[in-house]
This record gives sequence, structure tokens and C-alpha cells, in this order.
Amino acid sequence: MTDTPTTRTEVLRADEISRALTRIGFEIVEAQKGEDDFVILGIHNRGVPLARRIGESLRRTGATDREIDDFVGTLDITMFRDDLAQHPTRVPYSTDLPPSGIDGRTVVLVDDVLFSGRTIRAALDALSSLGRPRNVRLAVLVDRGHRDLPIRADFVGKNLPTSRREAVRVHLTETDGDDAVLLERPLTEEETR
Amino acid sequence: MTSILITGASLYGDTIADVLIDGEDIVAVGPEATGRVTATTEKVDGTGCILLPGLVDLHTHLREPGGEEAETVDTGTMAAARGGFTAVHAMANTTPTADTAGVVEQVHQRGQEAGHCDVFPIGAVTVGLESERLADLGAMAESAARVRVFSDDGKCVFDPLLMRRALEYVKTVNGVIAQHAQDPALTPNAQMHEGAVSAEIGLMGWPAVAEESIIARDVLLAEHVGSRLHVCHLSTAGSVDIIRWAKQRGIAVTAEVTPHHLILTDEKARTYSARYKVNPPLRTQKDVDAVREGLADGTIDIVATDHAPHPRDAKDTEWDRAAFGMTGLETALSIVQATMVDTGRLTWRDVARVMSEKPAQIGLDARHGRPIAAGEPANLLLWDPSTTATVDPADHASRSSNTPFEGMDLPGTNRATIFNGRFTVRDGELVHG
Amino acid sequence: MKHLISIDDLTRQDAIDVLDTAEHMAQTQSRSIRKLPTLVGRTVVNLFFEDSTRTRISFEAAAKRLSADIINFSAKGSSLSKGESLKDTALTLDAMGADAIVVRSSSSGAAHLLANAGWIDKPIVNAGDGTHEHPTQALLDAYTLRRHLVEGPTGSDLAGKRVIIVGDILHSRVARSNVKLLSLLGASVTLVAPPALIPIGVQSWPCEVSYSLDAAIAEGADAVMMLRVQRERMVGGGFFPTEGEYSRRFGLSTDRADRLPDHAVVLHPGPMNRGFEIASDVADGPRSVIVEQVNNGVSVRMSVLYHVLAAHTEEAS
Repeated sequence: MTDTPTTRTEVLRADEISRALTRIGFEIVEAQKGEDDFVILGIHNRGVPLARRIGESLRRTGATDREIDDFVGTLDITMFRDDLAQHPTRVPYSTDLPPSGIDGRTVVLVDDVLFSGRTIRAALDALSSLGRPRNVRLAVLVDRGHRDLPIRADFVGKNLPTSRREAVRVHLTETDGDDAVLLERPLTEEETR
Repeated sequence: MTSILITGASLYGDTIADVLIDGEDIVAVGPEATGRVTATTEKVDGTGCILLPGLVDLHTHLREPGGEEAETVDTGTMAAARGGFTAVHAMANTTPTADTAGVVEQVHQRGQEAGHCDVFPIGAVTVGLESERLADLGAMAESAARVRVFSDDGKCVFDPLLMRRALEYVKTVNGVIAQHAQDPALTPNAQMHEGAVSAEIGLMGWPAVAEESIIARDVLLAEHVGSRLHVCHLSTAGSVDIIRWAKQRGIAVTAEVTPHHLILTDEKARTYSARYKVNPPLRTQKDVDAVREGLADGTIDIVATDHAPHPRDAKDTEWDRAAFGMTGLETALSIVQATMVDTGRLTWRDVARVMSEKPAQIGLDARHGRPIAAGEPANLLLWDPSTTATVDPADHASRSSNTPFEGMDLPGTNRATIFNGRFTVRDGELVHG
Repeated sequence: MKHLISIDDLTRQDAIDVLDTAEHMAQTQSRSIRKLPTLVGRTVVNLFFEDSTRTRISFEAAAKRLSADIINFSAKGSSLSKGESLKDTALTLDAMGADAIVVRSSSSGAAHLLANAGWIDKPIVNAGDGTHEHPTQALLDAYTLRRHLVEGPTGSDLAGKRVIIVGDILHSRVARSNVKLLSLLGASVTLVAPPALIPIGVQSWPCEVSYSLDAAIAEGADAVMMLRVQRERMVGGGFFPTEGEYSRRFGLSTDRADRLPDHAVVLHPGPMNRGFEIASDVADGPRSVIVEQVNNGVSVRMSVLYHVLAAHTEEAS
């Protein structure tokens, strides 16, 4: 099988990613109206480093003085997915909540790309098995549209209009060695000639 | 009955000569045969083929009466003809047991009616195979079936005194006891050969010593009372050693090995497929090598099939619930060719000895295992050793399909079986009537 | 992983993955809502030709906590007790739309046959077949050992650990599965039993064999696993002279347990013969992880059901 030839466009550079995350951090604090008891949960895989970076930027800018592990955690949604049969089975990741838990708090879910909304649906189910948050917000680095479910993001790094044939690739230093967001589009027959 | 001329075949794989059959006998061999051909003589081109005396199986389970779901005298002897046999000895473990003159005469009669080969019933040694008291050995010997081989096969005549009495008594009819050597006390619920494979896959072991200790005892008993002993389906290297020792001592013992013990090992049990469940069990490669060696050097006298058909349900189940046994008549000579001839251990002349002449001598079958010569009975097999075919039980004449060789590529084809001067198989197909 | 018939079906990494997934499952089991939606809409059949309440309940709890539907098909009071064949049962379950079958049988190879005979094309989990294997028991034993003997167990094996397994090795599917799994995970295993309870052919197993429990303990051990010995069958069958002699030479007494290193643990797959193969004080003592084994059994079986069922793509859209 030969790969379909594609073109790649860089839609966010490293510095743009960094700025977007810092901005998301500010927006989260702003929306909290001064209450510093929110919890940020990164969804495995790439939501985890993104959540951590948002937490670090909040500490750096003095928006919070809590220790990072006191308000940033991870969420694994493997056991809650409705499309397990379409993927190779893998060992679930761990879910690590801050010691204070999530009951009665604002939980901000963090993921890299918002597409169909199914991951977020599974994340909401996973959350409800862990406790009862006061409210749940969603932060994503890229919103590429094409939702299957009535789900929207509260904090968006970049709105990226795409076609379904295109793929959004998020690279993060922690998982991929470099920071970049790439848009891949298969070449048309004309373009390949 | 028309005459038959077989041309161009190699007699015993040694010399090419034409053979003319008329009536139930061979009437001429060599140039003289060609000279006596008439307008109605059927000609068979045997070029490239081996002509052997018809094979004789000393160990066949025809299942009738009582087990007709698995096999009948008719279907079993069709399978025999397909395999190149012109005589089979039918084991006694039927329902009712072949332990009276009535039952053996019935089986014999059914064989004559079917007409695919001679059927010589084997009589039970003990009543109902129960190892309690001797069956009517004399009456069976004097019946129309003229029984000369007695066996409780499937069960061992375990009581040493009873075995001694049986060996003594058959001297009155010049008979022979064919012993299923298995110490029942050493093999409770035994499922397969006891060794590394049974240990790993968790099936109860059938130790080699349970066979060897009975054979050792029996050869000493046979020596002591001066009688004939035949050892059924010998399967272990130790058994070969004991038989070799006994023969050196001059004890009147003969021994048989089955085709499956010449080729398959206990490794097959790893599949948990009950098609490989048999008694005595498949042994190790060391044992396979030893029985091949024993057959080659004459320690083991004959090959016998232990053809043991079973209905599908008896095999399509968990190993420990499944029946023991394998079909073998239709694959026997191919296995012997593959393991003994093609490997240089036996010549075709030797094959005639171990699959026809010796079994006929042990069973005292007057018209079988005879030389291919003028004036001798026309019981013959024309075998083409040059072909290879994949075993498919759907092609078999046996009513049962429990062959362990399914899917294997085996050499040789039966071109023709001639029984008392007429074809029972021609060009691989059964000839009826 | 299509089936789990034997430990031979697993690579070292597969085994570690199953144990790691079990850790994850255990984590979810401490939450207020323990039920996971993972296998919602799937049907797991517990096909038990042989009574075993504890194994059946363990699989049942595992399946239910993953939201699978579970059908119990047990020997008592069903067609199985009327001699229905394994083949007919398999064909029936296939027609009923079972998504996975957990099978327990007194026949060695029953699970292998179900997986390979062509009667049913569904994942098969061996819950114990005759004297062959009991892979989920071995996995829960390894899981329990790893939790107690290894710092930061997730992702680790049992390299360098010494485990003694004592008792009726000949008839034990637990021993067979454990020898394979523990050695696969890098542990060294010593079997201890009277010679008649050690199978002929054991030489090819990846373990040591000893006829002296005292000698094996003297060489040091991180864990001792005691197997159930069926007294009536053993003495009647002449496997050893008397119950008292067996208990004295091969039982885990308090005296023997005291000679183990402080960190060593004691396991038993149950049900126990207290006072025979294991002293009550040892079974209930601080080294004993016997009750924990039962609890860990549910997490490990959740993990196994997840691994055989989650990615079964037949019905995938």
C-alpha cells in the first residue's frame, strides 16, 4: 500500500502555541471571577502536557500560587470510549486527580483538537464516575469543526476551518519532540500529476 | 470368469514379468503368460507399478455386530480392498462379543457375502472380554469360521494365571493369543503417552512401562508353557528390546506395529484434537525410530492397521471424553512406503513379508501371503509408488472419517486389488459384484 | 489478544499489559461509581461445566463492572448436566449471540477446543481446564506478587524474585499456569512435592524441583504458594503414606513460615485445607495475602475481558 501524497501546512508555530496557551490560562482565570479553586484535567494523550503548560503559565504570571499538582491532573477516558472496537486495544493510562478531588469545583478539561466531540463525551462520562463537579469547561488548542455531538469549547487556541479530508497534527515537545500544529491535505489528482 | 493379464509390473519390486490369472488362481508368470492370452482376457498395464501378494491385516475392527454406526463388515472390507488388502482379521470386541461359535460364524458369513476380501474372525480369549474365564476357544476353532487367533484386544488379559491358561489351551488348536499389552493398574484413566507433553498439557499419562511389563511377562509365560504369543500394536522402544531379547532366546513370539506408530508422535496431542487419541498412545520420536528399526531388522514381524473406526460424535469432543482409535486400512501401505520404503529401510520384497506373508502365517490363512507363481491363489495388489495424494477422508470407503492423516501428502496409489481372481479395486475405484 | 487459553498465548509484554490494566481497573474500583461503560451491549457467557462458585462469581463481577451482560450457563440443572456435548453447547451460544465465552471444564483442552474447533468464532477465556491451565488465576497471583514485592509495580516484571509452589503439582492447573507466567516475568520457581505428585516429564518446565520444603525455604524465598491437596484422593491413590506425614513434611507450619524473610508473602488459590497443607495461623497471619488474591481476581479478570473484548472488531461499524 502506498501512502496518498499529502501537502502539509504549518498553521501554528511553537511561539504561537505558547501564546495561545497563555491566553487560554488568562481566560480561565477571568471566567472564574477570582475564585481560585478550579481544577485543570488534561485528557490523555496530548491534553496532559497542554494542561500542565497552562497550569505552569498561571503560576508564572502569578494568577495562582497553588502548587501545580494541587490543581492540574490527568484524565484517561479509554474505558469510556464508544469506539474501542475500531482501535487496537491498549493499556489504559492512569487518571490522577489533585488531592482535593473534583466535587463542587470547576473542572477545565484540556485536549489538543476538538473534532467530532466524542472524546469529550467520553470525558464527561469519565468525570461523572469520579465525582460531581460544580461545572465543567472545555479548553482546546485547535477547534477544527465538524461536530457529531452538541459540544462546544469554552476556550480555544485557534479556530481552524477544515474539510473532513484534512487531518490536523499536533506536535508537542513532551510527546513528539517539537511544537507545531500541522494541517495535512491529500493532494488532488491534478496536483499529483 | 474371464482371465486377467497384468503386464509390465515389477514383481516384489525385483523383476518385471507378466502375470496371467484364470479362475481363482495365477496360471502363468513370465513369457508363458503372454502366450496364453485369449480374446476375452482383460489386460491391465502395470508399467511402473509393483505387484505384491494381497495384503493381510491381522488387526481390524469391523464393528459389526453392534457398532454399525461406525463401520460394517461391508464398509470395512471395502476400505480393506481400497487399501490393497485381500484378507482381514476382525477383532472380537463387538456387541455381542465374538466369544462364541455363533458370533464368529456370523461375522465370517457376512464377510463372504460382502465379497470384498476374506474376513477371518478373531475370537475373544475370555467371556465378554471380562478377564474372568476362558471363552469357548475350541468351539470357535472348530466352527465354520475356523478361528485361530484369539484376542481380548481393547483390553489386556491382565491376570497372569488366566493368560497362562489361555496360552496353554490354544495349543490344542494350534492357535495364537494376540495380547493387548496394557497393565490396567498402571493406566487408570490414561489418555496419552506419559512424558514431557502429557506433563505440559495436563492429560493423564499412559507410561511405556505399562506395555513393556506385560510383554516381558507374556514372553516368559509363552516360553514356560511352550505356546505361541502375538503382541498387538507394540509402541515403545523398550518393547522392541524385549521382543528382540525373547526372539534371541527362541521364544515363539511375533509382534506387530501399526502404521500410525511408525509416523506420528505424542506432540500431536498438543492440538487436543481427539483424532490423535489412540490406544496404545502415540509415543515419542525415540520410540518411532525404534519401531522403524525393529520392523527393518525383523524384530517386529508385521504391520497391522488396528483400523478402529468411530462415529463423528465420539471424536468431535473433549479429549478425555473421546474414543480411542484411528482408521487405517486405506492409508496403511502409503504410510509404510513413506516411512520404510522411501527411506531405504525396507524393500518391496520386505513389504510383502511384513504386510502379507507373515500376517498370513501367524493367522494360518492358507490362500494368502502366497508366492506370485503359477498355481498359487490370485490374491494380488498392483501398487503405483510414483504418485502422491493428499489424504481426504471424504474419499474413503470406510463409514468413519477418523483418520489422523487427513491433509497429509502420502505416496502411492492402489491401481488394482485382485481377490480370488477378480478385481475388487480397479484404477483406484471399488469394483462391486 | 484474541483468546486467553494458556499463558503460552502471552508475550512478556502482553502479560505486563494485562497486569498494568488490572492496576488501572483496581484504581477505578475505589471510586464511588465503580461501574465502567466499556463493554456495554456485549454479552459474556460464563460456561461452567465444573462447579466453581468463586471463579464464576469473580468473572461475573468483572463483567458487570464493565457493563457487559452476563449469562451464567452452569452444569447443574441445565442441558450440560444431561450430557449435551461441548460442540452443541458452543453452537447454541453462537446462535444466541454471545460475544465472549468464559469456560471452565474438568477436561484438559476444553477451552482450546472451543477456540479452535470451528464451532464458534468468539473470544474464549479459559477459567480452568482439567489439569492443564488456569491462566487468570496465575495472572492474579502474579499481580498480587508484583504489588507486594516490586516498588512501583506498573510496567514491571518479577525479575529476580523467588517463588516456591508446594503441593499437588501433578493435578494442578494453577501450578502449570504459574510456572509459565512467573518464569515469563523473570521470577525463578521451585516446585516442592512428594515425587508422585510431580509429573513425569517435568524436566522440560522452566523451574527447579525439590522434595524438601525445608531445603527450599532455606535457600530463601520471596513468596510461597500453597496448593490445595485433595486428601481423600491422595491417600487412597497412594501418593503419600498418611495425611499426617504429608502435613509434617510438606505443610506450611508457623515454624516454617517464621523462617521466611520478613518481606515474603504466602499465597493460596483456595479453597484451603486449614491445618493440613497450611496452618491456620499462617493463613490468617500478616504474611498471608490470600484474601487480597480474591479481590485482585476481579481487577485481573476485568483486565482480561477488556483485552479480549474491547478490540474485537467483528461488529465494529
